[in-house]
Amino acid sequence: MRGRLCVMALGFATVACGGAGDGMTELVVSAASSLTDVFTEIESQFELSHPGVDVILNTGGSSLLREQILGGAPVDVFASASAKVMDAVAEAGLIRGEPEIFALNKLEIGVPLGNPGGVEGLEDFSRDTLLIGLCAPGVPCGDLARDALESAGVAPAVDSEEPNVRALLLKLESGELDAGLVYRTDLLASALVQGLAIPDEFNVSTNYVIGVLAGGSQEEMATEFVSFVMSGTGRAIFTDHGFGVP
Amino acid sequence: MSSRRTERGNTRSSLPIGLVLLALLAVLLFAVPIVGLVLAAPWGDLGGLLSSETVKDALRLSMFSSIAATVVSGVLGVPLAWLIARARFRGIAFVRSLVLLPLVLPPVVGGAALLFALGRNGVLGGPIFSFSGLVLPFSIWGVIVANTFVAMPFLVISVEGAFRNLDRRFEGAAASLGASRWTVFRRVTLPLIWPSLLSGLLLTWARAFGEFGATLTFAGSLPGRTQTLPLAVFVALESDRDLAVAMSLLMVAVALAVLIVLRDRWWGTS
Repeated sequence: MRGRLCVMALGFATVACGGAGDGMTELVVSAASSLTDVFTEIESQFELSHPGVDVILNTGGSSLLREQILGGAPVDVFASASAKVMDAVAEAGLIRGEPEIFALNKLEIGVPLGNPGGVEGLEDFSRDTLLIGLCAPGVPCGDLARDALESAGVAPAVDSEEPNVRALLLKLESGELDAGLVYRTDLLASALVQGLAIPDEFNVSTNYVIGVLAGGSQEEMATEFVSFVMSGTGRAIFTDHGFGVP
Repeated sequence: MSSRRTERGNTRSSLPIGLVLLALLAVLLFAVPIVGLVLAAPWGDLGGLLSSETVKDALRLSMFSSIAATVVSGVLGVPLAWLIARARFRGIAFVRSLVLLPLVLPPVVGGAALLFALGRNGVLGGPIFSFSGLVLPFSIWGVIVANTFVAMPFLVISVEGAFRNLDRRFEGAAASLGASRWTVFRRVTLPLIWPSLLSGLLLTWARAFGEFGATLTFAGSLPGRTQTLPLAVFVALESDRDLAVAMSLLMVAVALAVLIVLRDRWWGTS
């Protein structure tokens, strides 16, 4: 059991390879970077109500998590920041049943505290003098950002394409980037970054989808985990963290 | 240590079978991933994939930044190794550990530390920015700094050993014949450590060429500006697997070519 977890130490995903409790049922949950905080709370609540279950949270860019799963990583539950990324896993026949939408999110403009670059809206993303960051193309927050910029008719002068939203947030928090497009919920969670709303006409909301991996050793427990995420308790936790719920 | 000379055939037959098996297992560990890469390669499209702008840009950035980092490491690292090997003051053991820290530190941590220190708002980066307007992150200079940070310890560690093992009577002789300290260093010391210096430079280059974590964290990733080959592979793994495999093969080929050519030139083929 420990051995199979070590296999998952891919890319940014860090999963401890030792110290799993004896006789504990381990449930590996791969969740999009933007879900890091909320799933940490879901994890502890679920473990409280399910003694004997140890949820192992594996976070990363949704597309990286997809590649891990397609590459054979032993994952029980996959929570993706976009339906498109989930579809690739479902098409490979790896999802049991239908993936379900469990939360909604929106992009906002994130700027360091005090807004040193004087950013006012999406049009500032074309200013060459500012340091601008987006998630890389292919990562849900990156695709979403490009959609919003395109519908606003802005050609961004990008200085860095970050592999996931947390990496982008780090560079905004440290003030190294002047502006970036991140999720609304990331801004709520960070005291060092402030947000500017994007007009609804340009913004696209994204659906988070969750699915149980077929053929995992913990399918029953995985199904229970998904039910918990969809339950009233789960929905309340998402709302607390600023997510929308379906 | 027995130095009994044996014929080749005898030597082979006298190797313990257990050791041979373990060694073969080790060879497999290195060979199997390369085989996996070769089998996954889209051989038919390889030419087309590798001639794309993304790949050309990434290869150019990788070569430039890794060579630049090697040069910087040589210019700064040799004096540093000399200081650590020769200096006789209390704090030198601490300095040595500090210099070797990047060997142990995860590169991502190194990159974050660089960001907080040398970024626009960093302790040192702040003054540099307000003085000169220079921003290290998100520029090729940031890539070179990250590469140097991670790779220079390899040079320091191999050259420092050479300085230590040097027979100092040669330097003494040169000095007694009237050579200045600088002349002694240049004409006597440096030629004596030359083999270690070259292998140190090679290791440094290799580490810089493959650098990923510190570069991504400190310098970001932008095609044509800071996206070196390892970063381009990482991004492509999630969007275009064929391209990622093609670039990985390119890295293997470049690294192998350099290792083979330099090995022949510097250490002889025997």
